Amino acid sequence: MATAEVSPASTGTKKTFKVKRYIPSENPKKTFFTEERGLWAWLTTVDHKKIGLMYLGSVTFFFLLGGILALLLRTELLTPAQTFIEADTYNQFFTLHGAIMVFFVLVPSIPAALGNFVLPMQLGAKDVAFPRLNLASLYIYIIGAIFTFIALASNGLDTGWTFYTPYSTESTSSVIWVTMGVFILGFSSILTGTNFIATIHKLRAPGITWSKLPLNIWALYATSIMQVLATPVLAITLLLLTMERFLGIGIFDPSLGGDPVLFQHFFWFYSHPAVYIMIVPGFGIISEVITTFSKKHIFGYWAIALSSLAIAFIGFLVWGHHMFTSGQSAVATSVFSFLTFLVGIPTGIKILNWVATLYKGSIEMKTPMVYVFVFLFLFSIGGFTGIMLGALSADIHLHDTYYVVAHFHYVMMGGTLIALLAGLHYWWPKMTGKMYNEFQAKIGAALIFIGFNMTFLPQFIMGSQGMPRRYYNYIDQFTIFHQTSTIGSYILGVGFLLIAYYLAKSLMSGERAGSNPWGSRGLEWQSTSPPDLHNFDHTPVVINGPYDYHKPMEEFQLGLANAHDEKH
Amino acid sequence: MGSLFDFMLPELKSPLTGASTDALMGFIHLVSFIILAGVTIAMIYFAIKYKRKSDDDQTPLITHNNTLELTWSVIPLILVFIVFGWGYSGWLNLKAVPDNAYEIQVSAYKWGWTFSYENGAQVGNEVHVPAGRPVKLVMKSQDVLHSFFVPDYRIKQDVLPNRYTYVWFQADEAGESQVFCTEYCGTSHSDMLAKVIVHTQSDFENWLASQNTGGGGTPVERGESLLTLQGCITCHSVDGSEKIGPTFQGLFGREETMTDGTTLTVDENYIRESILDPGAKIVEGYQNQMVSYEGRLSDDDISDIIEYIKTLD
Repeated sequence: MATAEVSPASTGTKKTFKVKRYIPSENPKKTFFTEERGLWAWLTTVDHKKIGLMYLGSVTFFFLLGGILALLLRTELLTPAQTFIEADTYNQFFTLHGAIMVFFVLVPSIPAALGNFVLPMQLGAKDVAFPRLNLASLYIYIIGAIFTFIALASNGLDTGWTFYTPYSTESTSSVIWVTMGVFILGFSSILTGTNFIATIHKLRAPGITWSKLPLNIWALYATSIMQVLATPVLAITLLLLTMERFLGIGIFDPSLGGDPVLFQHFFWFYSHPAVYIMIVPGFGIISEVITTFSKKHIFGYWAIALSSLAIAFIGFLVWGHHMFTSGQSAVATSVFSFLTFLVGIPTGIKILNWVATLYKGSIEMKTPMVYVFVFLFLFSIGGFTGIMLGALSADIHLHDTYYVVAHFHYVMMGGTLIALLAGLHYWWPKMTGKMYNEFQAKIGAALIFIGFNMTFLPQFIMGSQGMPRRYYNYIDQFTIFHQTSTIGSYILGVGFLLIAYYLAKSLMSGERAGSNPWGSRGLEWQSTSPPDLHNFDHTPVVINGPYDYHKPMEEFQLGLANAHDEKH
Repeated sequence: MGSLFDFMLPELKSPLTGASTDALMGFIHLVSFIILAGVTIAMIYFAIKYKRKSDDDQTPLITHNNTLELTWSVIPLILVFIVFGWGYSGWLNLKAVPDNAYEIQVSAYKWGWTFSYENGAQVGNEVHVPAGRPVKLVMKSQDVLHSFFVPDYRIKQDVLPNRYTYVWFQADEAGESQVFCTEYCGTSHSDMLAKVIVHTQSDFENWLASQNTGGGGTPVERGESLLTLQGCITCHSVDGSEKIGPTFQGLFGREETMTDGTTLTVDENYIRESILDPGAKIVEGYQNQMVSYEGRLSDDDISDIIEYIKTLD
């Protein structure tokens, strides 16, 4: 029995709580798996952990689909002209690949899957603020995904995931259905975002002030704000497309007096913030993993926390950098270029703070940490090539070439997806209570690293030499680059299969993971693995920051003392 | 500087449009490479030097360092300002067509390119140009968006269905360069290729003279007769005299003040808009009396009229 003084964020006045130490059981009898069992219980659950896992399952399914399409595309590109599929099929495949990976996989992956699982636990809450809304957002996501998929596949949409007019509106109205599907998906993001914002504001355990929030929470907070603000623009676009189509009001279609470039503005006004919706949650994971495996306080807590918010804000003002060659006005072009560079600065600050965190740490290269190193390397390349593309004259040469393709794969795959893998390997023992095979996991990471660079480094070179993107056929001089890239993509595919294999195996025959196998100070690790249905069997009380590795572990295992404890 | 990365770029054949781009790309690649190497080496060095010895390792409490934060914010900020200025000036140069540029009309369609010359000659998927002279391409699309890209010249511009866009370049030596369409346009997007064929000045003149002009006259001649046929010259003089509308003499490139007080320089897009939507921008001192010629003049007709107006100095 002891007392702790904490100041609740809302009042700022100090409050004294009776607290005691709760040591999580290493072999819990009750977990969220063992309670509320059965298919129906899962489908109707309001438990954020089950919802998170169902999101993870859906995202994994769509990632498999998008990945198979990617391998088919790369195989077709082994030779110029036809290798094994028709041009129209190829065009539909790359449209599907892009749309699936962006809207079904990257946008929901970290916030809705890992975020859902971890966010309430990191706040010491029993669940998110609106558990039923959370379940609704999962179903809206699934409905939206099916709707979009049917709209894409049945119309054989071949416009690319950017749906530029007038090509996309020429003959069919499918772009309206796809936009509607993406909007439904976006609605799921809005609900998740709203839920997270409310949870972060209202459900923090006693003692978690804004300066003690884990950086993962800051990242999810910034992401949620973007989701809530950007997605409605899709609804406006949808409304305008519908007005044009059914009322004949010329908005985007030049034959009705509209302007196709206007569509690009609307599209990127949503889709550029969406890029940050995809990457910012990844930043949160990196901060958590790098501190745990360095056993060290994060370097520049506020620099990292506030730079996420800065990115969220400036990210709304740079959409025009996708349109430097579109014929938009000269003033707009120069302003967008300038703002694009500004958004690069907070990102660079984060990377340097993470590297500085390693200094004088106690570094253990477990699989999640290996992925953090991979992330820092790949994402830096993505960032630098982003600076290249922000420079106006260079972008004129590089726009719509494979250089751009390589750039956004380094950011989205080398950044978001690698961060997701870091987070997945980091929280896997917490989520499942099982440990995967460390050796196989490292082989997997090596395959991913080699395969990824082999796939996308040659694309920088051929793009710079002039190879345009979305090309079914290509001139002979690019053959060697395409073939190297294709072989790299196969290695990448094998890497993912290996990950799927050992993770599945760990579920069945993996070693039992302890409550806190990495020795983290994070609150989510002060519960059992897997956690109880209500996360903690006590109300956690927090007196230290989440990265205070200089303080002993017992100070991180405090909770409100029960009334009946006091009697003794 | 930056020669380390020269293998990434095709040989530069239009130094006036590409030299600044190449230098900038070399600079960014070099600086990025140095910083990336620094970050990577630091990461690996720390991972080895501070490898975990035991689970009881104590680490020092280092929370932040404002000097360091400031340093690594300000230095990149200065670097990106340099890159911004460099890129912007290079881009302005790409937009500023030299006065003596030789003009060619480009029409893009699914899936090919038509290049039209002053004497009425039309060539498909080959654009013949003189060496050592700036060439301006005035481009429009007959259907969806396309984009005109010549890697050897470091130029690219989207081609739109509803207005004119342009690019310029100057190839210094005779030879050939590849043209790609870089805005996705459907089934045969990747076969929408063309070649720039650069001749010496005298060869170019011979080539142009040898082309079949189709018998319909040059674009300028066609434009002139259209002005009479459509009755344009009833209200617009071609010799500078005052009529109901502004005179066409010296119109192209003239700075005009509009009724709302704004000024603009008359270009292809303004003339096109004034023909299709006459009330959109009225020159100060005139009334909105003209009817739209939408549906009465084709895109090609409008291009011919613009070519004729350009000759009325």
